[in-house]
Amino acid sequence: MLLTNLEQVPGKKIIQHFGLVQGNTIRAKHLGKDFLAGLKNIFGGELGAYTELLAESRQEATDRMVQQAQAMGANAIVNIRYSTSSVAQGAAELYAYGTAVKIDQ
Amino acid sequence: MEILILVILLALGYFFGQRAEKKHFKSIIAREKASLTCPTVTMKTPPPIHNHELNSKLVTGSVVISIDYFKKFVASLKMLFGGRVTQYESLLDRARREALLRMKEQAALNNAFVVMNTRVETSSISKNSKRRNSVGAVEVVAYGTAISLGKKIDA
Repeated sequence: MLLTNLEQVPGKKIIQHFGLVQGNTIRAKHLGKDFLAGLKNIFGGELGAYTELLAESRQEATDRMVQQAQAMGANAIVNIRYSTSSVAQGAAELYAYGTAVKIDQ
Repeated sequence: MEILILVILLALGYFFGQRAEKKHFKSIIAREKASLTCPTVTMKTPPPIHNHELNSKLVTGSVVISIDYFKKFVASLKMLFGGRVTQYESLLDRARREALLRMKEQAALNNAFVVMNTRVETSSISKNSKRRNSVGAVEVVAYGTAISLGKKIDA
């Protein structure tokens, strides 16, 4: 599966469109990690645990999008976008969407 | 007693926060210099290269950075009067540049020569959402398409 956020795949021809595919995941904060993050709020700096958590969740959203595209018989997803929104206190939704297409290899 | 705790927290935030920020900026500047060979652009049209196949791959970089107690305190005072809040400016600047650098590192693993259609997205993760105007931490994600040269095409 070829993923890109360009509108076409450089050097390849799109031969079929399958439409929008999407994947999302909602993650809540971990209590223990949140406590450590609270301490970090005093000193400042990177919150490594959160960086990891969000990167992981984003990967999961991407994986779900890829699964959907595979089920359609696509071999590439173009024009991918990511977005984040907070749905409830302490929970974040990570959302990935794009257009599933078939390219000639 | 409460004032004493506040002063200690402010002092801790000031010393550690200042030191961490200086160190971070130093490393950012050094890494930016090292990665100048692979530019990130916001253009969407691929470069006109016809004698090579082009490989593309989605690359992302993300970071969550928290503000320190001292800066948060100063910023909350500034919010009474309005105007430029430099405390948050440097926080966001650091976060964005770090995210872009992480994206570039991934692109370098793929031997990319350019990252196209780069997008940067910011969202705030507030630790304590009861306090309305508290920016606890920001998450920045940068993503783009890394383009690398593939097989040579004989014209």
